Amino acid sequence: MVDRLFGWLMSGCAALVVSLLLWVLGDVLIEGVAHFSWSFLFTEPEDSGRSGGIAPILVSTLWILSIALVTALPLGLGVAVWLSEFAAGRRRFSDIARVTLDILAGVPSIVYGLFGNAFFSIYLGLGFSLLSGGLTLALMILPVFVRTCESGLRAVNDEWRRGALALGMARSAAIWHILLPAARPAIGAGLVLGIGRATAETAALVFTSGYVDRMPESPLDSGRALAVHIYDLSMNVTGGDSAAYASALVLVVLIVLLNTLAQSLLEDWFKRRVFVS
Amino acid sequence: MRVRDLEVGYGDKTVLSQVSLDIYKGCITALIGPSGCGKTSFLSTLNRLTDHSDARVAGQILFDGQDLLRDSVDTLGLRRRIGMIFQRPNPFPLSIRRNLELPLKEHGIRDRQVRYRKIEKVLKDVGLWEEVSDRLDASALALSGGQQQRLCIARALVLEPEVLLMDEPCSALDPISSGIVEELILRLRGRYTVVIVTHNLAQARRVANYAGFFWMTERVGKLIEFGLCRHLFEAPRHALTAAYVSGARG
Amino acid sequence: MSWIAKGIVNRTDHRLSMMLAVLSAGAALLLTLIVLFLIKESWPFLSSRWHSGSWFDWLQYQGWYPQENRFGMAPMLLASLAVTLGALIVALPVGLASAIYLQFYANPKVARTFRLLLTLLAGVPSVVFGLWGLTRIVPLIALWQPPGASLLAAILVLSLMVLPTIALTSAAALASVSGELLHGGIALGMRRKTQILHIMLPAARSNIFGGVLLATARALGETMAVLMVAGNVVQFPAGLFDPVRVLTANIALEMSYAMGDHRASLFASGLLLTAMVWLLSWGSYRVTRNGREAGQYG
Repeated sequence: MVDRLFGWLMSGCAALVVSLLLWVLGDVLIEGVAHFSWSFLFTEPEDSGRSGGIAPILVSTLWILSIALVTALPLGLGVAVWLSEFAAGRRRFSDIARVTLDILAGVPSIVYGLFGNAFFSIYLGLGFSLLSGGLTLALMILPVFVRTCESGLRAVNDEWRRGALALGMARSAAIWHILLPAARPAIGAGLVLGIGRATAETAALVFTSGYVDRMPESPLDSGRALAVHIYDLSMNVTGGDSAAYASALVLVVLIVLLNTLAQSLLEDWFKRRVFVS
Repeated sequence: MRVRDLEVGYGDKTVLSQVSLDIYKGCITALIGPSGCGKTSFLSTLNRLTDHSDARVAGQILFDGQDLLRDSVDTLGLRRRIGMIFQRPNPFPLSIRRNLELPLKEHGIRDRQVRYRKIEKVLKDVGLWEEVSDRLDASALALSGGQQQRLCIARALVLEPEVLLMDEPCSALDPISSGIVEELILRLRGRYTVVIVTHNLAQARRVANYAGFFWMTERVGKLIEFGLCRHLFEAPRHALTAAYVSGARG
Repeated sequence: MSWIAKGIVNRTDHRLSMMLAVLSAGAALLLTLIVLFLIKESWPFLSSRWHSGSWFDWLQYQGWYPQENRFGMAPMLLASLAVTLGALIVALPVGLASAIYLQFYANPKVARTFRLLLTLLAGVPSVVFGLWGLTRIVPLIALWQPPGASLLAAILVLSLMVLPTIALTSAAALASVSGELLHGGIALGMRRKTQILHIMLPAARSNIFGGVLLATARALGETMAVLMVAGNVVQFPAGLFDPVRVLTANIALEMSYAMGDHRASLFASGLLLTAMVWLLSWGSYRVTRNGREAGQYG
């Protein structure tokens, strides 16, 4: 009897969570679809965003995201490879690097925003620009990406490393042809986390890439990210709620789409070379 | 290959000392003895795989007139000439073809036709050609354990080494696959110099020309006896060897 | 075995190793750079406190009036703590219960869907939660106790945001206390409830706690969702229905026009936040490590 009650209680909590979450998602979907139309994606915002579309905002978002990924991916992969494949002889240094990355992973995004504003926008003179914003986000997603890739590389079967050594293969070749492809799932997971965080970020962007909702002409222009747009519409524009919901819908769909795209690109890239599930 | 006064240790612990023996060209040399007496450590000094662990190695190993333990030795080139097979088959998670192609590319063989010819030849050598020629682009991990081990042998042979080191190559296989691999090793006799570590005395007796017996004395592995395989099994000079090969100890 | 550095012989390998070491050093220096810049930017504020000998006046001042050079951060610090703590109190039991359901009651198909939903929600941007809170929760609370935008609204929205994290990490912690323990319990004829509450939960507690601390760090650092629903009035949180302003929101609200000492004080509050989050991640690290060393499962 007690046992049954306990089970019900647990299931009840789970049901509560599910219904709340469905409520949020359902609202975004229903309210978003109500305001959404295809032209919403391809026109400029009008009347502070109450009407019109989000074309320049989408372009800015993609700029910021691309800058962040192009910076963070090679850098992160490099650090991960060093930590897992080359650092064994320098225990002290690699431990410091690891602890630092863990600390960086916990720093609130608003603090990254402060740093980005002081360093990229003012110190390096990049001003409020897509470049400042993208670089700030690159720093923000770097730690998590590194740690995910590193643990993936560490999980790769050691016998493959030994086999490559015994065949007289250079380490760089073994890493490129065998280890990185074998660590593909972890790299994919890191990528998904990074894309998710970078696309969703608002606080770090408000005072690095700015508010301007015009179409950006170069990465040195200021531009408004989708998440910032949602914030602005709901907080500063009365009557902007329905446009905000439509933008939220686009944002959520965009994250899901980008993740699927990234995963399948990664699969393709490695496909001809590797056969691990 | 001449090994003189070889000593191997990890940290301040010595695991193997005073090992001296000659490995003859084209012959199969079997190393026998109980587990943990340093046979595998010995084997991995021969291709300098010990460089990649925290092992200390002292002594001399003369190969082709040079001491291969010297720092200046090009270990990548050395490992091309001295191949190694591990206890558990470790094909890379690539296709069968890529498994054989990758080492060739790494050692500078650019011509695809040449690579394919070499691949076909070694696969025939290890008796895999019939079994896999129609699925060279399938994953090597889909092969059975015995097939995987033969692929690993092929992968070592494709680089045309002079010496093959084998660390208990049959112990992770079922009896039938183990028999096939053993036959393959016998076929290599005369063409390659083979050093094989094995726990299977009967196997050592069947395949080897020479045999060495390792034993632990005072927590340190030593080479007790070395000589023609026949002598070692039938007329051992040392009491420990006699006891071990007759199954009384270890 | 991982290949040790002295085994590098090939020139390409050597160059690669050097290059990657430089990259890693750069990544590690990043932290120094961030802290340096935070200190540099907040220096005018810190040094003026130092000269006036009033190090802790930002704790004592009641008000936040940057124009009059009065920087009382205490109300906002307390509001941050209250929101975080409240969100945990709401999310922890529910999240834990969800994890138990996921791990011990749900059939595989349901569990997979549930997990998928949780993962999806963990990825929903905080600004979307903020929007939802602003248009759904705030009006609901306003019906009951105006103005609606309040400590309570922030707590509710934030707890919904950290719920997926808590549920997923706790489920992983419970899963790592693998079947062995459960079978032991079954063999002893224990009730399922007893098994879960008295065997599985204690065994997994250090990992669960680690996950909860991480969720706390996330809640403390959260900016947008809280900013959008909390009302943003600088005052001590006296009741659940009072509008409050948290530290992160304060930075986001005032950064765009702050100058001089005011700007520096915002950087100082960023420094403070960072320090608190580090403390939490350090705690989480210690807890999970101690758990492992004490031979606990997981």
